[in-house]
Amino acid sequence: MADQSRDRSPISRRDLLKSAGAAGAAALLPGAAAAELPKALPAAAPAPLAVAPTGPLMNLTAQETEILGAMVDRLIPSDDMGPGAVEAGALRFIDRALSEAESDSVQAYRTGLAALDHYSRYTRGAPFIELSDRDKDSVLIDVQLGGATGAEVGFVGSSGSFFNMVKSHTWQGTFGDPTYGGNVNFIGWDILGYPGVRMRVSEEDQSLMEAGQLPPVRRSAYEYGQFQITGGEE
Amino acid sequence: MATQLRSADVVVVGLGAAGGVAVQPLAEAGLDVVGLEAGTWLDRRDFAPDEIRNNYRDWPMLVKKTELERPTARATSSQTANRIGSHPMMNAVGGTTLHYWAQSWRLNPWDFQLVSRTTQRYGASRIPAGSTVEDWPFGYEELEAYYDRVEYEVGVSGQAGNILGEIDPRGNRFEGPRRRGYPMPALRWTAFNERMADAARGLGWHPFAGPAAINSTAYQGRPGCGYHGFCNKGGCPLDAKNSPHLTTIPRAVDTGNLRVVTRAHVTTIAVDANGRTSGVNYLVGNTEYFQPARVVLIAAYTYENVRLLLLSKSRGYPDGLSNNHGQVGRHYLSHHQGAGVSALLPYDTGAWYGLPAQGVAVDDFADDNFDHSDVDFIGGGNLWAMSDRRPISAAGMGTYGRGRNWGSEWKRFIRENADRTHSFYIQKTTLPYEDNYLDLDPQVTDPLGFPVIRITGQFKDNERAIAAFTQDKAEEWYREVGATEITRGGLGGSMGATTHAYGGTRMGDDPETNVVDRFGFSHESPNLGVLGASVMGTSGARNPTLTSQALAWRTAQHLVDHWSDIAD
Repeated sequence: MADQSRDRSPISRRDLLKSAGAAGAAALLPGAAAAELPKALPAAAPAPLAVAPTGPLMNLTAQETEILGAMVDRLIPSDDMGPGAVEAGALRFIDRALSEAESDSVQAYRTGLAALDHYSRYTRGAPFIELSDRDKDSVLIDVQLGGATGAEVGFVGSSGSFFNMVKSHTWQGTFGDPTYGGNVNFIGWDILGYPGVRMRVSEEDQSLMEAGQLPPVRRSAYEYGQFQITGGEE
Repeated sequence: MATQLRSADVVVVGLGAAGGVAVQPLAEAGLDVVGLEAGTWLDRRDFAPDEIRNNYRDWPMLVKKTELERPTARATSSQTANRIGSHPMMNAVGGTTLHYWAQSWRLNPWDFQLVSRTTQRYGASRIPAGSTVEDWPFGYEELEAYYDRVEYEVGVSGQAGNILGEIDPRGNRFEGPRRRGYPMPALRWTAFNERMADAARGLGWHPFAGPAAINSTAYQGRPGCGYHGFCNKGGCPLDAKNSPHLTTIPRAVDTGNLRVVTRAHVTTIAVDANGRTSGVNYLVGNTEYFQPARVVLIAAYTYENVRLLLLSKSRGYPDGLSNNHGQVGRHYLSHHQGAGVSALLPYDTGAWYGLPAQGVAVDDFADDNFDHSDVDFIGGGNLWAMSDRRPISAAGMGTYGRGRNWGSEWKRFIRENADRTHSFYIQKTTLPYEDNYLDLDPQVTDPLGFPVIRITGQFKDNERAIAAFTQDKAEEWYREVGATEITRGGLGGSMGATTHAYGGTRMGDDPETNVVDRFGFSHESPNLGVLGASVMGTSGARNPTLTSQALAWRTAQHLVDHWSDIAD
């Protein structure tokens, strides 16, 4: 598969995926996001290179992280249209979520990732991360549709529930506010053509957006300075 | 042992949409008012435009009382009820108005007289079998003054369609006559809104901009809407959404006559030997308090109003307070808002900086605004074409049969179409039925061990027929603006917990079929009042908040005007 982002990147995506699972390795993100602005939106200033969302995850083992990374990479792949969920930092987003808001889901990830790998070995003859993209996709389709359900595989309940959980978190980690560790370099918002968080949108801004001429704002909501994330108090 | 507090004139349970409005006329009249609120104060620093926090992590709600008490639901009484999803309401000073859509409609005159007008025009046989619907004890005209008062006190933007009988074609020609226009013009339209309005006019319909409790211009010292796009389940960082926490509650506090107690978790309402309400028991943390009061007003939302009454058992009220006629929990309905219609369009809609209250309404198929002689239902639906999109939800859009919702092909699809989908919001007349009701769940409790509410309810033939009919109209409208794909949701089945929950303490003159009288006070315990949509007997085809606020103001004003009759 042609992978144009690799050509512009100081490191390969495969390295990025591996380093997410291997402890300690720091790496740089591909700078492809800024060059891949969507549709008619004119380019804003190039996004700075961010520190890559790598290093060991807190809540998953290196092996679990590799499997999750491979799955997330198939959900929103890096391809000739630009970088995907792995580059957007969805893994780091999920890891942080598992320490905070989604801490109840740690076991569901553990069990589900083991079951995914088990199902892959059992039905395709190899660990999930070693499958071709095509085979990974066919395994994930089984898992999404609930076809991998069954006591001998190991998913708790329907395999579709595990798929939907990972998909939901991957979408949040790719398209949500960058403050949670995902959507690095606004990769997700560029895929959608979302012009960014603005506090006030004038009629002129609206008209410019409708004409495809509103430059994207590249800021987290929390860069506006007025917000606290913990919630109010008397 | 509960701490006995100094007696108040009035205690209001819940400072949300209804209770938060009622405190203003009470406090301004000089009554000594205590407002008990389970949540806390929140302000614009808490209202970050952050989709993860607002829409996926239940936002800043420090107090999760509603969540811990969320109802169970089942379609019929032969089933076991389950808890599904989260509670749609929140606890805070201002309640759910902090993050609601803020659509602020008046009901139409027909909604108050559904039975008599239907009977007169089509015959009594057209009232669906099994429905317990009644006319309201008064007409639209009675509530008009209070609608007007709330629109100006709270601040509602919109375009009038009928001022003292004079029709203005820019507004809703079907609305009841109003004494004057809105205090602010309607929220602006996007180019796509304009396109939708043009298309509706081409179909011979009468589109107009809907009303919202959101500043379209500066009002009362606060700025106009910033159109930042995170209004849907988000608070306003500019204070342009007119929740009572910015309007009526501070005004009541300023009189010196309202004391707000936050984190107050009310457990029961107490009665004296004569059956009169004597005050409320509440907890702050683990500390128990008893707040005596001469009048108690409950304003804790439909589920909690009913639950508080059912939990407040005493010798005089063995089945719950004000329930000696077995009417508490009856005549329950939740608005049929499902059965949606969505479309894929061949052009961008420019919806990123929209809000659910910004849009185009068509009321031609609501209420009795058209001849029902040849259809098999009464009532109808309001078609609402709004402008609302956020990144994560946009990326979750359906693929309209174009394959799976992930992977490279999906990525190509979403790059092209993230701003090209649209969904109608269609609110439909929903009736109360004999076998749709609220009671206490026999098994599920909150953390204190008190049973939660159990919803038994489903949409019936009349609601499903309206759904099919309005879906046809929505599809017609989409075809007119060039939609390439159109999908429809199912026609509706069981009722879950919603933000549009009505009845359970219905208002009416007959104590055999209603819990409160025409002013909102209990038929059985006359110094107990009920505020909120739980007193409403019909839903209309539009959001309930403004009506429940107008009713709350009216109940409070009635109390002020008849203080000694009610309090002594």
